[in-house]
Amino acid sequence: MKQKFDIIKSTCVPLPLENVDTDQIIPARFLKATTKEEKFFGDNLFRDWRYNPDGSLNTSFVLNDPTYGGEILVAGKNFGSGSSREHAAWAIAGYGFRVVISSFFADIHKNNELNNFVLPVVVSEQFLSELFASIKANPKMEVVVDLPNQTVTNTATGKTEHFEINGYKKHCLMNGLDDIDYLLTVKDKTEAYEKTAAKY
Amino acid sequence: MNTLFDKIWDSHVVSIVPDGPTQLYIDRLYAHEVTSPQAFDGLRARKLKCFRPEKIYCMPDHNTPTHDQDKPIEDPVSKTQVDALARNAKEFGLNHFGMFDKNNGIIHVVGPEKALTLPGMTIVCGDSHTSTHGAMGAVAFGIGTSEVEMVMASECILQQKPKSMRIRVEGTLAKGVTAKDVALYLMSKISTSGATGYFVEYAGSAVKNLTMEGRLTLCNLSIEMGARGGMIAPDETTFEYLKGREYAPKGEAWDKAVAYWKTLKSDDDAVFDKELVYDAADIRPMITYGTNPGMGMSIDDNIPTLDTVDAAGQASYLKSLDYMGFKPGEKLLGKKIDYVFLGACTNGRIEDFRAFASLVKGKKKADNVVAWLVPGSWLVLDQIKKEGLDKELEAAGFAIRQPGCSACLAMNDDKVPAGKYSVSTSNRNFEGRQGPGARTLLCSPLVAAAAAVTGVITDPRELL
Repeated sequence: MKQKFDIIKSTCVPLPLENVDTDQIIPARFLKATTKEEKFFGDNLFRDWRYNPDGSLNTSFVLNDPTYGGEILVAGKNFGSGSSREHAAWAIAGYGFRVVISSFFADIHKNNELNNFVLPVVVSEQFLSELFASIKANPKMEVVVDLPNQTVTNTATGKTEHFEINGYKKHCLMNGLDDIDYLLTVKDKTEAYEKTAAKY
Repeated sequence: MNTLFDKIWDSHVVSIVPDGPTQLYIDRLYAHEVTSPQAFDGLRARKLKCFRPEKIYCMPDHNTPTHDQDKPIEDPVSKTQVDALARNAKEFGLNHFGMFDKNNGIIHVVGPEKALTLPGMTIVCGDSHTSTHGAMGAVAFGIGTSEVEMVMASECILQQKPKSMRIRVEGTLAKGVTAKDVALYLMSKISTSGATGYFVEYAGSAVKNLTMEGRLTLCNLSIEMGARGGMIAPDETTFEYLKGREYAPKGEAWDKAVAYWKTLKSDDDAVFDKELVYDAADIRPMITYGTNPGMGMSIDDNIPTLDTVDAAGQASYLKSLDYMGFKPGEKLLGKKIDYVFLGACTNGRIEDFRAFASLVKGKKKADNVVAWLVPGSWLVLDQIKKEGLDKELEAAGFAIRQPGCSACLAMNDDKVPAGKYSVSTSNRNFEGRQGPGARTLLCSPLVAAAAAVTGVITDPRELL
């Protein structure tokens, strides 16, 4: 899952719902897996919205609509609330999304996306609502997410917005490094802390 | 001028990554069977051991059946996951309280009741309800599986320091109003994202007067406001609760610990990024009507009408009410229900069983209701028996099951069928949370008890 990130230009899948919780992204019954098979989680992304209770395809759900596709998921505010399950990030990555754009992300899920080389891009409410409108007007419209310059561009309106990411995490994403790689290099600092300051 | 949170966080900073997060030292890692297997796989792939195995406590809770725990789990997939935790704990030399072991229970119930959670600690677990432990005056928060692996490998985590928020609830809670109602009230006011990006300290006289169990319930639900975690300054209530418990410091070490714990409070001149104040007298017994925990109201109110919802949120609001089978503007009182669930890391403690029993005592379970009463741990179950609550509950037609997360997220066989209404003391009413198609109404143990004996949504104050 460690893939180097640079500039992504892609069409988008719109999900204009708010408060999409991680129970919807991947329901609890799929958390029993003891391995991290991308295909398994990707196949069950938004399972109960993608399929009807009888197992048939819910053709009105956006993932089943051939009009839309691409590596960018665009969702309403407070995306990824609720359970800390990283399986939600595995499902998003496993399905093939590399970027999620929203006006607001839940904290734990945002970290989980970053730790799986999926980039959460926070945009303003106005940029988001225009983006939904642009995608609806032209599903083939592309969005450019430029990590080196920290910008996101709606090519339909030509509008660009800056997004935040700390320098360390940006470096990790662009170079395919993760936090454990880093933490293993600073074990001496941890041991020094334990000797001088740890209380428990 | 430091906050309680600052004091604990700052004393755990190992280093600060240039233009990046903080390297934070972790005192306690709890692990359950659902969010740990891939972390152990990661360690194996990198040929790593756990850096400080003695600080890690593992216990299965999500998949455990609530009956016949002395027998193998029937569901082979659940069994595989529970067995994997036991095997991994053994391979990596970690503490493990297996299923049917009298130390077992829901991790967020067991940690505090055994005093594995102590004031001043930093605590993480691959579970969003880790916020529960903040009630003891700890900095505790939920993390993902990559982060679990990170802590196993290094005893540290990389995190941005969150902003600080204090929520004060002042005054006296009315009869029939519990810590759960306080939490559901706060969520209904600030929404499920109102505290995202913040670490919350709860204060004020109504919070100060909560019992330890009540505080655990309140902090448990911090994540449902979006908060990174929630905490309460340790005080005599905390010390009284901890003293003599299994892993609490003893003798001289206890006195020394208490002296330190007494310093763990926000300074008088501490500045919070955000401060909210509520009047306890405004809070009535609460219930949710929608599909996120912020969609709650006083039990005797009407469901909000569509014009009270902002334009961007209306599609979600209608989808939610459609799922629940409710209409904007209608009342919930008197509506027939099907299931009652008492339990979960939110309300599976002894006080919750006392509250439930106090209301149903001398009455009978309604015939149309299936009730699942699931203690949070074997210690809670022992206490229920010691106090004779099991006999009172049995006389009223209720059976007590064996401990675990149970119907809170239905990973075991306690699933609410599609379309059925479940009045539940758990923490989430998301679509499908208690089983595909299940409709969950969150509430306190008293509201659940009132529904259990009447078969319809009932204001518990009428029965107290």
